[in-house]
Amino acid sequence: MLFAKNGPKESLVVTGARVVDRAQGIDAQLDVRVDDGVIAQLGTAVDRNGHRVIDGSGLVLAPAFVDPHVHLRVPGREDEETLASGTAAAAAGGYCAILAMPNTDPVVDAAAVLGALVEDAKREALIPVGFLAAITKGQRGAELTEMAELADSGAVGFSDDGQPVVAPGLMRRALQYGAVTGRKLALHCEEPTLSHGGHMHEGAVSAELGFGGYPSIAESVMVERDLALAAYEERPLHLLHLSARESVAAVRAAHERGIEATAEVTPHHLCLTDEAVRSLDSNLKMNPPLRSREDRAALIDALRDGTISSIATDHAPHARHEKEVPFEAAPFGVTGLETAFAALYTHLVEPGVVPLETILERMSTGPARAYGLDEPRIAVGAPANLVLLDLNATWRVEESGFRSRSKNSWLLGERLRGRVVATVAEGRTVFEA
Amino acid sequence: MAEIKVMREDLRPPKTPRRRHLVSVADLTRDDVERLLATARSFERSLERELKKLPTLRGRLVLNLFFESSTRTSSSFELAAKRLSADTMSFKASGSSVDKGESLKDTAITLGAYDPDVIVIRHAEIGAPQLVARWTNAHVVNAGDGKHQHPTQALLDLYTLHEEFGRIDGLHVAIVGDVLHSRVARSNIQALALMGARVTLVGPPSLIPRGIEALGCETTTEIDAIKAADVVYVLRMQKERMLEGANYVPSLREYTARWGVTPDRLRPGQKVMHPGPMNRGVEIDPVVADAADALIETQVRAGLVTRMAVLYDLLTHGPVAVQAAAMHEVA
Repeated sequence: MLFAKNGPKESLVVTGARVVDRAQGIDAQLDVRVDDGVIAQLGTAVDRNGHRVIDGSGLVLAPAFVDPHVHLRVPGREDEETLASGTAAAAAGGYCAILAMPNTDPVVDAAAVLGALVEDAKREALIPVGFLAAITKGQRGAELTEMAELADSGAVGFSDDGQPVVAPGLMRRALQYGAVTGRKLALHCEEPTLSHGGHMHEGAVSAELGFGGYPSIAESVMVERDLALAAYEERPLHLLHLSARESVAAVRAAHERGIEATAEVTPHHLCLTDEAVRSLDSNLKMNPPLRSREDRAALIDALRDGTISSIATDHAPHARHEKEVPFEAAPFGVTGLETAFAALYTHLVEPGVVPLETILERMSTGPARAYGLDEPRIAVGAPANLVLLDLNATWRVEESGFRSRSKNSWLLGERLRGRVVATVAEGRTVFEA
Repeated sequence: MAEIKVMREDLRPPKTPRRRHLVSVADLTRDDVERLLATARSFERSLERELKKLPTLRGRLVLNLFFESSTRTSSSFELAAKRLSADTMSFKASGSSVDKGESLKDTAITLGAYDPDVIVIRHAEIGAPQLVARWTNAHVVNAGDGKHQHPTQALLDLYTLHEEFGRIDGLHVAIVGDVLHSRVARSNIQALALMGARVTLVGPPSLIPRGIEALGCETTTEIDAIKAADVVYVLRMQKERMLEGANYVPSLREYTARWGVTPDRLRPGQKVMHPGPMNRGVEIDPVVADAADALIETQVRAGLVTRMAVLYDLLTHGPVAVQAAAMHEVA
């Protein structure tokens, strides 16, 4: 289900790093040897076998990250991102796999479109990419796509991301029929008549600034509807980019009732609140919008206790001229692949709000499990999917540093702590700082 | 709930501008307002002279950049600049390259190439003045950005109140109507709160934005509440901002019946203000609009002197201007 260009599998040894893999129960200073792209030995003094040695002393080695929510903008907006630039950005962010959303031009709603993307990925993608296909044709919310054929052609899941599936009857059919594919539906929960005209979270800040409000309930009523449909059809689903505490409460209640729902949250919703919009910076405009302190706290709680099991960047590249306009005229979306770990480390781990191990797990094992992908793990016999992190390094986020074709980061100018030093994806070193 | 108090809540505080601008009432201190009002009063006296023109801003260029229609704001800025001997240039979006799809950035850079000292901008979108401030070297005055701010309106309203009552501190002002879509309301709530007035918002629940109380005001849906105020400030029912089918109110007829400011809803002698343009017979009864207790014409006159004060203040009190003056003396 994941596709990348071929390359030689490497052999290398990382020495002396603190190896952290919570799923494997590892947190110790170890050497890791990789033979031909496969982890061959873990220990305190492993044979180097003449391999290239990377000195990991003072660094953390963890399973590489999986981003379940990326916009690669192909086909259609190659000026904003390409498979090559997006996967290079992902590699620099410590990712060994990413999943691309189908809201492109044309929409990935037919096997021919998907097939062409898969072929392109085999030529251009630096790291493995999975593609979600649309739930409805053209993401117009009227007719189902040929989901079985799309699954056979390699779709990793289905989503109308960017748009909700508005009609409850159609959503129910998608859940029913989607069962034949063995793939999950990933849902963008937004009730459009409640979010209509909204540019930011509805609250004291929108009241002061005058922006049309996009209230929390625009998300949570749809989350509750979709969870109710999933329960009735006994089907699993994945909830995209949750932002509101009401949504978190709904997912928690659903888990208690045994509904198989996974959920993701973005670094920006974990690090910022609607107060940040006071700057009127269009790089703080995204859908769903940044919400209140209480919402942010609820998202952090949900991340800690596992109600939300995945961190997703919702990396959404936009052309400079489209963002260099007043806030209301700007499109929704911000980039995130190259800053996700450092942002979370700086704003959640360093202040002691969320443990490092939790962040690492929610950026890797969590999203892989949500889509049934092979989990990156540090174990003998597993393919090498590794990220080497320097927790002491500080760096400044600058446009010139991005590999992404787009620069619409909410972190421009920020100083962050925690840096990706190297990324190994499927046994290939895809990034070295 | 997670303990998150150790974190920086707002990662990106607005940068301190190097040049001074007037983009939001939120940027003003009480001292700033008092200084501006005092300057406006001195200009009021100067306008009583036979020769109304002052040489103060001779050689300066004030550019009026109006992307939205305006009568009183654009004309009063133009006249204010002229009364101070500044050169003025007016740019209206319709019939310009904006019709051809030119971006705000390109328009700003193009007009900025003429080196205006001040750009007065009105735009339908929030934050446009801040962007123009970033893209040009001019001092920027916000003459209304979307539903956000209209700071010179708030200043002229403060001026009007001070002229009428001799004070602002302790006054009770009821602002009536469509607060949700009103930049005038937002600027005035902040300005009145800053100067110590009590503000009560009155209107249909669907037109009072959730959370607005955080600006330091009370809210009610009962029109009878206006009787308790010293001043009733009537907002225009902004029909052009009503999204189709949004159903903020079922009809203008019902709005007028319930929240229209009519003579019988006022106390005798109660002062009434309106930022204009008025919809007579909708939010304000024509009898109220034309009554002697209406301060609406005073507001228009106050608009001229407060805008003179703003232009003067930006060009003579700022660090840039001080430096320029010093160089002049050496020369």
